[in-house]
Amino acid sequence: MSEPVLRVEQLAFAYPDGRQALFGVDLEVRAGERVALLGRNGAGKTTLALHLVGVAGAPAGGTGAGRVVVGGVPLTRSTLAEVRRRVGIVFQDTDDQLFMPTVRDDVAFGPANLGLAGDALRERVDGALDVVGLRDLADRAPHHLSLGQRRRAALATTLAMEPDVLVLDEPTGDLDPAGRRELADVLAALPVTLLVITHDLPYALQLCERSVLMDAGRVVADGPTRELLADDALLRAHGLELPYGFDPLAVPGPEAPRR
Amino acid sequence: MRVTGAPRAPGRPARRARVAGAASAGRSSGTPPLAPGAPVLLPVSRAPRRDGLHVLVASPVHRLPAHAKVVALTALAAGVVAVPTGAWAALAACGLLVLFVVAASRLPVGLVARRMVVETPVVVFCLLLPLVATGPRVDVLGLDLARDGLVGGATLLVKATLGVLAAVVLAGTTSARDLLAGLDRLRVPRPMVAVLTFAVRYAAVLAEEARRLQVARAVRGGGDGRLRQLAAVAAGAGTLFVRGYERGERVQRSMVVRGWTGTTPALASAPATARQWALALVVPAAAVAVAVVARAAA
Repeated sequence: MSEPVLRVEQLAFAYPDGRQALFGVDLEVRAGERVALLGRNGAGKTTLALHLVGVAGAPAGGTGAGRVVVGGVPLTRSTLAEVRRRVGIVFQDTDDQLFMPTVRDDVAFGPANLGLAGDALRERVDGALDVVGLRDLADRAPHHLSLGQRRRAALATTLAMEPDVLVLDEPTGDLDPAGRRELADVLAALPVTLLVITHDLPYALQLCERSVLMDAGRVVADGPTRELLADDALLRAHGLELPYGFDPLAVPGPEAPRR
Repeated sequence: MRVTGAPRAPGRPARRARVAGAASAGRSSGTPPLAPGAPVLLPVSRAPRRDGLHVLVASPVHRLPAHAKVVALTALAAGVVAVPTGAWAALAACGLLVLFVVAASRLPVGLVARRMVVETPVVVFCLLLPLVATGPRVDVLGLDLARDGLVGGATLLVKATLGVLAAVVLAGTTSARDLLAGLDRLRVPRPMVAVLTFAVRYAAVLAEEARRLQVARAVRGGGDGRLRQLAAVAAGAGTLFVRGYERGERVQRSMVVRGWTGTTPALASAPATARQWALALVVPAAAVAVAVVARAAA
């Protein structure tokens, strides 16, 4: 077995005000895997995601223990830039992620920080915009886009960095069914390793063959998404519920087309 | 469901009859019959579209690169300011030049006039000047005014008006984004441009948040009476500040994860051609020439 693209070992963390959010998280993700990170509000999902890019945890303040290793590189203060190049994160609120005057400027922000300029930068930006299907809207201001378009624009800003692992924090929270499906189409076609934080359980089943269930700052279950979602007692014990009438055993998932 | 075989048969002719009735009614009143549920089309507004201060019409001034326009505005303002006090012919010439630019920009006259309201404090100051200045007095319509104050105030008023007019044209013909890229090209310090960039982007976000807070208050019966409204606005400002502060931290986080280390990359923009520079600087050069001649004559 090769080195996992993402390895988290016994990660614990308390915020500066003393509130502990993570109580020893272990997680391994292999290249090409699509993993859903499930759990109720306050389970520590977002805190864990912020650790993966070094904006929470020991390198950024607060007290913690444990390790994060990305593609063989342990996350420390000196490897922050390298880890952030390999792990891309799309935050929950797109207004936090889109801060430049136009979509094109925003998508160019990351690659320009990596040192790209001129034609190379333009190609990288156009490529990312093509993947999410927003090339035509590149010169619009973010506040003139629909929520679905904003979500895909935020995805493009991260894709332009060409990360090995893509982390999405609640990508469907504020989308209508069409926006949700368009995002799923884009994500399903991406060749990167995915970690999707969500409590949208059908979405997890649609995109990810594997799920990790977190509760109270720990991983409480890890396995095929379909098995996890079919375990009614497990879901109920950790504050998750399937939508009315949804049968995880009766719908197609990501396993069939990918094998 | 009630839509089964038997009721449907009598239902159909009835529906057809209703449609036919509507059609004949339409014909009798002289208008063509409309399909049921036709869209209600409102007359298209003839006012030009706007994005913030930027008015989206096509004009030679719109097409000039932003940094050339900024330089031109600065030069024009310098020329106007250099005209000596009381040189009315020179000020009139400068006025014609600026009005020419306003006309060339194809901005609606009413819109330009409304935006001139920002000049109000200067106008008030200029009107007070003849009352408070000292020196030889003149009698105008029964008012005892200082002669120097009158001339100085009038000159200042004309100069300020021309400057504001030119600035209104710049703002109306240039998108915020291009203006920022232009400032960057003119070597305005990068941190300043970055601060302005965030201001442009988050002014829209904050305005939207303020509107939501206002709506949330209004639907719960708040906002009646001037005093209560003011109190509510003050409370809203506090909420907005806290939200803005928290958002600042999240935005900084999202910059950091995309490799930001303290220097913000420049906004892409094209350099101006020699022809564009020449075009942009014609009017300012003329204004400077007018000022030089006027100073020589004075």
